[in-house]
Amino acid sequence: MNSSVSLTSREEIEVHRFSWPVSLGIPVLAIFLQVFLRVRFLAVLDLPLLVTIFFAVARRRPIPGMINGALIGTLQDAWTGHPIGVFGIAKTIIGYLGSSLGVKVDVDNPGSRFLMTFAFVLIHRFVYMAISLQLVGGSEAWIWSHTLLSALVNGLAAVVLFAALDKFKLRN
Amino acid sequence: MAVLFIQVVALATQVKRPEGAKPGTSGSGTRLIRVWTVTAFTPVEKMFVSTGRFFRNGWHNYADLRGVRKQNRELQDEVARLQMEQVRLRQDADQAKRLQVLLEFKEKFISKTVAAQVIATSGTEQSRLITIDKGSNDHIKPDMPVITPDGIVGKVKEVFPLSSHVLLINDHDSGAGVILESSRLQGIVKGTSLGELQINDIMSDEKVEAGEHVITSGGDRIYPKGYAVGTVTAATPDKDNDPFLVIKIKPAADINRLEEVLVITEMSDNLRSTGAGPEPMRAADILSQRLPSVPKVDPNAPKTPGGAQTGVPAPKSSPTPAKANQPAGAGTGQKPEAASGQTKPTVTETAATNSTTNKTGEGKKQPASGQATAPAGATGSLPANPKSTPKKAKTPALTHDGSTPGPGAAPTATPAPANQAADQEKPPR
Repeated sequence: MNSSVSLTSREEIEVHRFSWPVSLGIPVLAIFLQVFLRVRFLAVLDLPLLVTIFFAVARRRPIPGMINGALIGTLQDAWTGHPIGVFGIAKTIIGYLGSSLGVKVDVDNPGSRFLMTFAFVLIHRFVYMAISLQLVGGSEAWIWSHTLLSALVNGLAAVVLFAALDKFKLRN
Repeated sequence: MAVLFIQVVALATQVKRPEGAKPGTSGSGTRLIRVWTVTAFTPVEKMFVSTGRFFRNGWHNYADLRGVRKQNRELQDEVARLQMEQVRLRQDADQAKRLQVLLEFKEKFISKTVAAQVIATSGTEQSRLITIDKGSNDHIKPDMPVITPDGIVGKVKEVFPLSSHVLLINDHDSGAGVILESSRLQGIVKGTSLGELQINDIMSDEKVEAGEHVITSGGDRIYPKGYAVGTVTAATPDKDNDPFLVIKIKPAADINRLEEVLVITEMSDNLRSTGAGPEPMRAADILSQRLPSVPKVDPNAPKTPGGAQTGVPAPKSSPTPAKANQPAGAGTGQKPEAASGQTKPTVTETAATNSTTNKTGEGKKQPASGQATAPAGATGSLPANPKSTPKKAKTPALTHDGSTPGPGAAPTATPAPANQAADQEKPPR
């Protein structure tokens, strides 16, 4: 009877869990690939952000989502020339929003994954800019075309990446 | 909320500028978390870079063997041609060194570099930063300039034991003092949010053309003077900042595909300290060596009062062509007046030009014939950089007050009319 119902559907909200190696290894691998692979395309793609979103919506618990986002963002900050915490705060907020959203909508659908990621990239960028300009005193400019392109690319990448990462979910 | 609060507080402690921080240095020290993260990742990245390099080099070595014989012949021809070229350049370099010593130039010369490999980037477009595999263990320090043979790359921002962060010149927080090579306009090149290079502080009434080369001015006290920065691709009026131009620069170094870079770890202040230059010589002595028709002046002779005198007869009394006095084997390619040590020195020029928009105009002046002063354009043909030979560099001004500008000569000048110098033929001393 219930066999047709997705494990992550709204009817049966399940909090997915991941093994420790996956919980630690995937974010570290994402950061490593981001800084190691010197491909210009990867600069538009934000793998740590995608991983943050994925774990947040899969776990569906705001506190772990926030902590996960904070850790990933802080590690990412270490590789930039900015003060530590700019990406940390932005990804903390994304972690919270992602885990809150995961409770309310079906996040297994490729379409919803694309839209969700598209929106989160914009929010992430907005939060980053707000922190950078208001708290750190940066001088970056908001460029709509570039931001939208980045959101589009990350949204498409999320559909593929999330499908691959689904395999690491621990099933009961 | 607590997580966010902690991060905001932590951020605030970093942004707060510590009292007594030296200008030009980063306000806060390196964060421990940054040191730990970078130190933990660096060995893994080095391993991956080395492995990739091993396989890539193996393949390239095989591929390069094909056609190597033909290439060898071509290279031998090239070597022969370059050897002849070298003879000529050595003559020019020797002359430049003598004249620089004469003027006591305080120019920075590269004396030591460390080769480093790029092992990582920041991974974001918000920060254009690379990580190199040399750190404090290799005597790397913050603010050291980083270059490639093509041009400047950036400066060291943070140093860790095994690696360092290099802020690229196209980062929006980056900047460097530059000169447009032919128009001699000075400006500051900065990065943009999109990773482009721009100069924004040149007035719109100046003429800047696409294709003009941009070199470092040395005024920022980080990059040595005369290094290639890039080429002007476009110069348009700045809509937001009306009287100024937006000059877009294409970087000379391929900043997006850096693999190996050079960190300049030591620069010497002047030529004399490097031991490369000859002993200081008077301008008259230099000219008398080159022009046999110029009588050797007696250094003990009484000085002619008040004369802008150099002890050199006017050209009309010494019509010997410069080429005739060139050492054997020296193909010239120089203009005769330059080859004979004669110059275009009649322009008064301050050593440090504050205005970023003024042209010097020195190249437009007529040469003052017969003067034995050094050329104003005899700047640093920097030893390590063949691109660093601007035609008319801004240099400390020359003296024309009668005495040849010895080591203690002040870097200010009194304009000397060309005819005045030409008319005075008596040796001053």
